[in-house]
Amino acid sequence: MSFVKGLRCRECGREYPKEVVYVCEYCFGSLEVTYDYAAIKRVLTKEKILSGPKSLWRYRELLPIDGDPTCGLQSGHTPFFKANNLAKALGVKELYVKDDSVSHPTLSFKDRVVAVALSKAREFGFDTVACASTGNLANAVASHGAIGNFKRYVFIPADLELGKIIGSLVYGAYLIGVEGNYDEVNRLCTEIAAKYQWAFVNINIRPFYAEGSKTYGYEILEQMGWRAPQNIVVPIAGGSLISKIWKAFKEFHDLELIPELKTKVYAAQPQGCSPVVTAIKEKSEVIKPIKPKTIAKSLAIGNPADGYYAMDTVRKTGGWGEEASDQEIIDAIKLLASTEGVFTETAGGVTLAVTKKLIEQGKIPKNESIVVSITGQGLKTQEAVQNHVGGAKVIKPNLAAFEACFHQDQKSEERGQKTEGESKKLSSIL
Amino acid sequence: MSVKVRIPTPLQKMTKNQAEVTCQAATVTQMIDQLEKEYPGFKDRLCEKDGKLRRFVNIYINDEDIRFLQGEKTALKSGDEVSIIPAIAGGV
Repeated sequence: MSFVKGLRCRECGREYPKEVVYVCEYCFGSLEVTYDYAAIKRVLTKEKILSGPKSLWRYRELLPIDGDPTCGLQSGHTPFFKANNLAKALGVKELYVKDDSVSHPTLSFKDRVVAVALSKAREFGFDTVACASTGNLANAVASHGAIGNFKRYVFIPADLELGKIIGSLVYGAYLIGVEGNYDEVNRLCTEIAAKYQWAFVNINIRPFYAEGSKTYGYEILEQMGWRAPQNIVVPIAGGSLISKIWKAFKEFHDLELIPELKTKVYAAQPQGCSPVVTAIKEKSEVIKPIKPKTIAKSLAIGNPADGYYAMDTVRKTGGWGEEASDQEIIDAIKLLASTEGVFTETAGGVTLAVTKKLIEQGKIPKNESIVVSITGQGLKTQEAVQNHVGGAKVIKPNLAAFEACFHQDQKSEERGQKTEGESKKLSSIL
Repeated sequence: MSVKVRIPTPLQKMTKNQAEVTCQAATVTQMIDQLEKEYPGFKDRLCEKDGKLRRFVNIYINDEDIRFLQGEKTALKSGDEVSIIPAIAGGV
């Protein structure tokens, strides 16, 4: 049973049947899946969702497949929790973390989009799947494709973090490291996709693939107790996730699954790659592509295809955007780990650093509910923090060695506190 | 100035299914006008009514995005390879 009506161009509104067509043939605009919402409303209730599988497929009526799902059956349904320690550190009242750093099976929100993309690729009859990726998508296509017995071709910038390279190879995928940045990988893949009959999940399956991101939004609403947060901060790479989270919120509101929707949506980008945030802050209509330079490699897209929709989402919800420097990203990764016990990757660092900044600027009110979107796992981007977390104390295996080390550290800690106290005293005298 | 232009799949119906055509032009703007002459309707697909490139159309000269060069005014020289490519999503 399918509720999908077809595809519609987001730019010029031209309609297409649900086929392997990825851009509007007329204006090159991106295509969006359209649904028969009246029919969905007749069958989709809170009770129906609650009795569904504990995976992203509990929202199957709002996903663009025709038959039963065949991929990503364990994906989604990730933790969502009130982050009291972090809230205290940021001086706010009601803060939540949506944590896709523990998504099954590849530890990022890309499991969601790939679950949908590969289920759809199977329906279309493909036996080969492929993608252009900044790393997380590569991991997800490699893994889900293994489960689904697809042949897999995965294209990444050659200089990605080791965790993301090994996290693609281990599943037996054919991995191609391209000498260039993601925008160049993407351009190459667009030309490959035109020549080879493969399901490129983020190219020719893109309209279907992108819908998977909505489940991140549905889960937040369900896990908050069928209500929407007042503020949500989302990282931007290509700009798809942020507009799909907003689409999810609107759909639940239109289907009367949540009572009201007044969420402000905020965009987070790293300082070395912030074309969308720059346009938001400059109130510009044009997003200028840039050449990325940031440790947040998963966000390093200088020419974001869905950047305009990301910008529209922020503007129409009354949100804003900010950027985070490399040091702020590292500090935020450590802050989340030390307050909430969650080790996120650089993209999560960007999101939290930007959240902190927007709170400090007064853009996000301290007495309102805030959701921080954590989309990936820190173990995949260890290079970013390896020189910023200290090292293990290496000792001989005996008690005396331990105590010598322990007492010395305690002393220097005391000294440190004393020095801090004295310098405070000193500064108050001065 | 004879340049090679790679035509994206959605526009190949207009170029009699040719994936690559050659074109005489000194700038990107001239190239689009020239293609319009040979394949009427071509310009409308790439440009807005005011003549500016549509926002989801990316043009590359020898692998460099023209927005990093001089945009539509970028000069072409003989042997240049031009690609016309739709914007594509990804990342995070």
